[in-house]
Amino acid sequence: MSDHAILRVVARLVIPLFMLFGLYVQFHGEYSPGGGFQAGVLFGAAWILFVLIYGLDTGLRVIPEALIYNLACLGVLLYCLIGVLGVALGGHFLNFDVLWTTPKAAQQAGIILVELGVGVTVAAVVMLFFTCFVRRRALNKTGADTDQWREDNHDHDS
Amino acid sequence: MTTILSLFNYWAVIALMMVGYYCLIAHGNMIKKIMGLGIFQTSVFIMFISAGKVLGGSTPILREGVTEYSNPLPHVLILTAIVVGIATTAVALALAVRIQEAFGTIEDDQLSEADPEDAAGQ
Amino acid sequence: MTIAEIMPFSVLLPLIGAPVCAMLPGRRLPWLLCLIVVPGSLVIAGMTLDAALDAPLQYAFGNWPPPIGIAYRVDAANAFVAVLLAGIATALLPWARRSVNDDVPDRQGPFYALFLLALAGLMGITMTGDVFNVFVFLEISSLASYGLIAYGRDRRALLAAFRYLIMGTVGATFLLIGIGFLYIMTGTLNMVDLAERLPAVADTRTIDVALAFIIVGLALKLALVPLHLWLPAAYTYAPSFVSAFLAATATKVALYVMLRFIYTVFQPDLAFVILPLAPILLALALAAMLSGSWKALFQEDAKRVLAYSSIAQIGYMVLGVGLVTAAGLTASLLHMFNHGLIKAALFMGLGTVAYQAGSVRISRMRGLGREMPWTFTALALAGLSLVGLPPTAGFISKWYLINAALDAGQPWLVAAVLIASLMAVVYVGRVLEAAFMQPRPTDAKAVHEAPLALLLPLWLMVGANFYFGLDTRLTVGAAEAGARALMAGSGG
Repeated sequence: MSDHAILRVVARLVIPLFMLFGLYVQFHGEYSPGGGFQAGVLFGAAWILFVLIYGLDTGLRVIPEALIYNLACLGVLLYCLIGVLGVALGGHFLNFDVLWTTPKAAQQAGIILVELGVGVTVAAVVMLFFTCFVRRRALNKTGADTDQWREDNHDHDS
Repeated sequence: MTTILSLFNYWAVIALMMVGYYCLIAHGNMIKKIMGLGIFQTSVFIMFISAGKVLGGSTPILREGVTEYSNPLPHVLILTAIVVGIATTAVALALAVRIQEAFGTIEDDQLSEADPEDAAGQ
Repeated sequence: MTIAEIMPFSVLLPLIGAPVCAMLPGRRLPWLLCLIVVPGSLVIAGMTLDAALDAPLQYAFGNWPPPIGIAYRVDAANAFVAVLLAGIATALLPWARRSVNDDVPDRQGPFYALFLLALAGLMGITMTGDVFNVFVFLEISSLASYGLIAYGRDRRALLAAFRYLIMGTVGATFLLIGIGFLYIMTGTLNMVDLAERLPAVADTRTIDVALAFIIVGLALKLALVPLHLWLPAAYTYAPSFVSAFLAATATKVALYVMLRFIYTVFQPDLAFVILPLAPILLALALAAMLSGSWKALFQEDAKRVLAYSSIAQIGYMVLGVGLVTAAGLTASLLHMFNHGLIKAALFMGLGTVAYQAGSVRISRMRGLGREMPWTFTALALAGLSLVGLPPTAGFISKWYLINAALDAGQPWLVAAVLIASLMAVVYVGRVLEAAFMQPRPTDAKAVHEAPLALLLPLWLMVGANFYFGLDTRLTVGAAEAGARALMAGSGG
């Protein structure tokens, strides 16, 4: 689709706005509607729009697939780390009160960090979904089937 | 009449649930099954969310001049359930893609021919 | 730190281990990580059981006290199931190395990550005291199992996984509907809180429907006849390690959740009154025992024989529940544990055969008993436990079940148990007869005895079947305490 000038121009305009809005939703999640999940989906959607217009290869040059995969795992780990930090500082799992001196700031810090983990994971997972399905189609077109099946239907050795 | 109208959210839920469930059972095509599953799950989400609405209640954000809030808990629960639903759909679609590659079809009746031992058990 | 403060880490260890595992390259590192995480989980679960035998433990996440926050509440019943789960997973891991190398030839990080997620989900279901949390963990473990089953090397594994996914999701959504009704009527999701508030609204139709949805949804997950159709294909085509793990754990956890809903949330006097639950469960249990055993007689694939046998064994467990006595509940919990050991041993045995011979079709196992004597002797001994001959673990739970049936004044149930056991003799015998009595086809390729890395864990598991058949203090004691804790309801 790289020859569609209108799409390219509009995408250049819209994609940064998408991402900005994603960040807005992300960092206002602790006291207003929003949070990591919605922000992650917005962020992932921006990247998907980019891939739809510029192609998967360009999209994966921006962020390699191995990095997306690892980010998905690291986001979960960040969440768990904050949870365990609560235990390490003498509270319970996901206890934010021990993270800071004042309870309000502690809750905010905890939720922002946890939601950051959620956001990173969700964005990465949405991108991974898309990448996996798109690449599968490309593989099928070239006829490179990687699956080796073991059929076990026969009752007799042949 | 008033009871029917006042419970219209439940009627919507039931209608959606039946549509989804019918798609799930009646169609042999896996993609249609996945769609049916999605509609079926969505009906339950709507049931939860409509149960959290408090008549006259505002959005559950603490601010001045508002004393009645809708119940935010069902929304949070359903956000979780939606994530679960997305994951389920993604896994189902991934399986459907690989079934298409492995068997060349995603129609249930044609797949049963490829797999008589299972079809006998169904 | 007290035990109650360490307790949630039996869930969190595998849960945190999963993303780490998913990032690890190659085939050895993910397995090594599991070998650290899973026994750790077992140790914590064991300590929890030890403490929970005295008094229930409670842990509030984020220090939000229940019913506001999510809390884990563990009594003898949960802890018993948690020990079973972590114990089976730990015992399977040394055996898994070779078997998984065969089934998953390339990168194994994602595979073991899914395994850890499935384990974390199952552990979470058993430990949590919040009904919505049950749903979430149920879906975590289910989604991980769909992925694990799809790893099977036979392309029909994909179909099995897809059908399991459809039925499993419908089951989980039914559970969600039931939970929604409970929440609408009571405004709480905490099990203890629900138990307090439910009697006030017990006469409404909403609660009846909620109970029906929850029981049906869980029966789907439990593979209780007639909702068992996903199970045979799923267990047959999954990788050997996954078959062994799921067969020994997944359905048990669904049964535990059903018990928890009946006894703690609804309380027996409510659950057994508003629905004629006891006769329904008894009838389905009988249907499961007889039809499952009957179907197992005619299968050509040994794994499928075991899968149908699992359906029959679920019948035994549900039978104990349907008796509505403390003795029946004890027998049910006991059989949950012992059947986990039996099926783990049997599926490990078949996995070993599949590793060496490449097939577990009965016709292709002819004469293998002489080529692989150690493997097939282990299979035969585990088969004895499945049939229920002394001195095996299988005998103990059947003995308790028969006694419970007699105590409940339903001696005809004993006949059903015996008939199903006789059928077990036949279907186990059929496999062994092919292996030991029939000659090896002359044109068959040469097969050797399995390596020690597979045999040793297999024999340990078979040994466990005999150990828990002779020394019943731990299992019976914990099952009785679990039954008492369940019967006591939320007050205990």
